[in-house]
Amino acid sequence: MAQKVSVDISRRNRGEVLKGAESCPQCSQLLTAEELEENYRVCRHCGHHFRVTARERVAQLADTGTWSEIAANLRSADPLDFFDLRPYPERVEEAEYDTGLPEAMLTGTARIHKMEVVLAVMDFQFLGGSMGSVVGEKFWRAAETAIETRVPLAVVCASGGARMQEGILSLLQMAKTTCAVELMAQVPVPFVSVLTHPTTGGVLASFATLSDVVIAEPGAFLSFAGPRIIEQTIKEKLPEGFGLAESNVEHGQVDMIIPRSELKDRLVQILGMLEGGVACALEPLWEEEESRPGRRGAFAEAIGRIKSLANPSRRPPKR
Amino acid sequence: MPTLPGVHLKDEIAKVSQRLRELGHNRHLDKAVWGRVELARHPERPYTQDYIHQMFPGFIELRGDRCFADDPAIVGGLAAYMGRTIMVIGHQKGRDLAARTRRNFGMARPEGYRKAQRLMNLADKFGIPVLTFIDTPGAYPGVAAEERGQAGAISGSLLCMARLDVPTVAVIIGEGGSGGALALALADRVLMLENSIYSVISPESCAAILWKDADEAHLAAQTLRLTSSDLLELQAVDAVLPEPRGGAHRDHAAAARIVKEALEDNLRELEAIHPQLRKQERFQKFRQMGVWKENGLTLF
Repeated sequence: MAQKVSVDISRRNRGEVLKGAESCPQCSQLLTAEELEENYRVCRHCGHHFRVTARERVAQLADTGTWSEIAANLRSADPLDFFDLRPYPERVEEAEYDTGLPEAMLTGTARIHKMEVVLAVMDFQFLGGSMGSVVGEKFWRAAETAIETRVPLAVVCASGGARMQEGILSLLQMAKTTCAVELMAQVPVPFVSVLTHPTTGGVLASFATLSDVVIAEPGAFLSFAGPRIIEQTIKEKLPEGFGLAESNVEHGQVDMIIPRSELKDRLVQILGMLEGGVACALEPLWEEEESRPGRRGAFAEAIGRIKSLANPSRRPPKR
Repeated sequence: MPTLPGVHLKDEIAKVSQRLRELGHNRHLDKAVWGRVELARHPERPYTQDYIHQMFPGFIELRGDRCFADDPAIVGGLAAYMGRTIMVIGHQKGRDLAARTRRNFGMARPEGYRKAQRLMNLADKFGIPVLTFIDTPGAYPGVAAEERGQAGAISGSLLCMARLDVPTVAVIIGEGGSGGALALALADRVLMLENSIYSVISPESCAAILWKDADEAHLAAQTLRLTSSDLLELQAVDAVLPEPRGGAHRDHAAAARIVKEALEDNLRELEAIHPQLRKQERFQKFRQMGVWKENGLTLF
């Protein structure tokens, strides 16, 4: 009897309260919009990472009010007069309309826990996060800004690869972004990439894997070739977990997996350590043989310490 | 045209596109482009090793990536050339069935790109110019290749080519397929044989994705603009080399002579430039790749 009652309630809730709610594709639990937003769009039951838009990502990472966009006026042209079932400019316009974004990558400067960074964020919803001339040029300008201002660069990737509709010019963006990475290395300015679901093709085979530290989000699919192409080639089903972030760590292709809720803190920590300026204030991030008790408390305390370190007014006077 | 919510023009657009396709693209042009694709993949077209045999009699092959294996899909080694040493690296497709299987149809695995990096760094150490031959359908898409870091091997090869202090010349001799081709083509000079192709995706895969029908490959080939004249116009390559009458497969020796002459000219020009300046010019060249609109203006 009790069972029957509970079913009724959940059904009623679904209709009335849960506007904008999404059910988790992994554990099928229903999550409200507020619940998701509060938890960085991560399922609080199973830890599944939902997709986030570029603007949501910026809001999650940048300190409030510090985001200032660069190269915002760049738009895709149609150099090939590309024509399949629909003209390319129409696809771009539709993507702009649907996502409210100018292109598949947002670039800008921001502060993260008061640390100056150049931030580039890709959005998979914009034509599959594909890299065409504009994404390449935006990456170049972000790198240029990082070099000129001696500020580290963080890139959040999500991409199906090169943008077919720009033909060879999109392939050459791989070469272009690689040159930008080399220019950053000559200074050097720290460069960290965050690979989110999914990052594949030309983006993974250029700047995404050329960063100083490669971070992956839990469950992200990271592979050069798409799963269908590989299945066609080997003519069998892919092994379970193939291409996922976890398997990439195992095979030595990425440095670490960081859950979204910790990303902001860890980004600041890693970029800071690469700059050599901020001492290790968080707890060490390594695989220990046994987990120690009381980790959460130490973590919260450490964040407090790094925040005070980054705030000059609270810094003790120089001796 | 901007699509408004509730307004569905999909069917209409599909109809008009179909009609445009029938009217706008005449069949002759269509055939010419597909003919180029077929020539670029011609089974008797000279491959990297054919050019090496013709151009560099004393070639010494260097093998292995020192990490995992030797990938026969990419060959490389030292060659004597006009009073100096050069490093030659290229995709090798394989002529008969056995060779094709062994060389995986020129589709390199991570080991191939890591071998290329090793050889390029070796060349850089001794001031040896690098020549690459590009002829691959693409990097090999396999489970093991992914697990050993196909993406990182390609990006590593790109970065390696970007930072070389020595002059670099790349020649696209057949199929320039996607990232697997570009991995060896970030060079000071990118030359292309007249009947070769260079593309972000194979016409077959492009058709399968956009038209949901691989049989539309000839249409995809046309719209992708992958022939040498298209690429020169798009400034994606620096020069196009004419082939012997009827195509390079008719006369390997003549094709090799043409490549050799072009190599000589380009190396002489490149060697006259200070290494730092040469590198800067390389960065500048790739920085200008792409077309976009800024504040409404189209920039090339």
